Amino acid sequence: MTPLALAGQVVLNGRPLFPPIRLELAPGRWTALLGPSGVGKSTLLRLIAGLPIGGSFTGRISGARPVALMAQDPGLLPWLTVRQNAALGARLRGEAADPARLDAILARTGLAGHAARYPAALSGGQRQRVALARTLMEDRPLVLLDEPFSALDARMRLAMQDLAAELLAGRMVLMVTHDPAEAARLAHRICLLTEAGLTAQAAPHIAAPRPPAHPEVLACQGALLTRLIEAAPA
Amino acid sequence: MSLRRIASLVLITLGCLLAWQGLVIATGVPHYILPGPGAVAGAMISHQTVLARAALHTGAEIVAGFAIGAAGGAGLAVAMAAFPRLAAALRPALLFSQVIPIFALAPLLTLWLGYGMAPKIAVTALICFFPVASAFMDGLLRTSPACLDLAQTMGAGRWRAMWHLRIPMALPGLGSGLTLAAVYAPIGAVIGEWVGGSEGLGAVMIHANGRMRIDLTFAALALVTLIALAFHGLVGALTRRALARFS
Repeated sequence: MTPLALAGQVVLNGRPLFPPIRLELAPGRWTALLGPSGVGKSTLLRLIAGLPIGGSFTGRISGARPVALMAQDPGLLPWLTVRQNAALGARLRGEAADPARLDAILARTGLAGHAARYPAALSGGQRQRVALARTLMEDRPLVLLDEPFSALDARMRLAMQDLAAELLAGRMVLMVTHDPAEAARLAHRICLLTEAGLTAQAAPHIAAPRPPAHPEVLACQGALLTRLIEAAPA
Repeated sequence: MSLRRIASLVLITLGCLLAWQGLVIATGVPHYILPGPGAVAGAMISHQTVLARAALHTGAEIVAGFAIGAAGGAGLAVAMAAFPRLAAALRPALLFSQVIPIFALAPLLTLWLGYGMAPKIAVTALICFFPVASAFMDGLLRTSPACLDLAQTMGAGRWRAMWHLRIPMALPGLGSGLTLAAVYAPIGAVIGEWVGGSEGLGAVMIHANGRMRIDLTFAALALVTLIALAFHGLVGALTRRALARFS
């Protein structure tokens, strides 16, 4: 697997979104991109995904693509069953999904009993499980997570973080989040994106997913919060 | 419809008919200006063969014109949604086609297509075309951005994304366009029949008017209204049923 490297600047409406940055993702590692709302985290993720960003990018991107995308809006199609939604990629490419693999992924995401149900009959957490199953079905070198758990309640969010960390282990992941606790629990590397630019922050040394109340996790979370506040424009 | 609603509908209709008859008796207005509902019912019975034949003719024009207009409108909406440049080029033409009064077009269509069913079907199709194209197009342009992003990262082609995502998501819009077009379709057929030809309820109305048989005019008008209501109800029920899964 090739790592991903991005260096450059995004210009929206004639103004630079943030100072020139360098971002590198390593294979098998989970990188969190943390920052306040509106600073351009999602724009950066869209740029890496090859999606339109509504502005221009000057610089270079090299390495791992295509990507698998999982966002806050699970984007399930209401007229397809859980099983069909999980296999959406194959449907959209005109291929046949491997049924054995689909079964295995539905079982690992805890959806085996819901395969024939429609999204309207699912809870918010179950819908994100379907989105996770669909992401796993894509089996891409780079997985992009765009605040996928931010609409869930605290308990559901922790459960989904654990599940995602388990099932995406060993993959190259970029997770955009505005939640320091999420970054401190899951990431191997934490990148802080603020109006001042992109800076790195050491992640706790324990294996992810980390217990939310572990002193190292709490310390990391505290440090991230402090830096977020310090970086806020006056 | 609940029994209560049906009962209140029947009562309101009866009340209106009674008021109408009362007005005719009280003012003594001659039957060739305003016939009472009794006279209209009489005309409906005495001319039942003529009216039934005309209603079938008009009904066939409505169904054919609606089908052609809806298919054309839906097809154009898909093409415009797939090719934004085509959409930009066609949008003014579409608007232009809507500001031309259809009354002015009907004589031309009769001149070009003759006195048979064809010009009536053409007028109906023209009237049905716009609401279907515009409502379906609106739906196609409002595909959820999250789903479009997914489709793009998944490597879906333009037409697969159209078929599997955008069209199903826009079907509720298509449904409301079809239901609206079903209301307009009978108007198109009757306009066509007024302008030229000797068949259909519109022609019956024109001829009856000319012979001062206003009771027959009203009878034909009542049938047109009934056909319009029934067609609207049928299309609405069918689309709701077919699209329940997609909304």
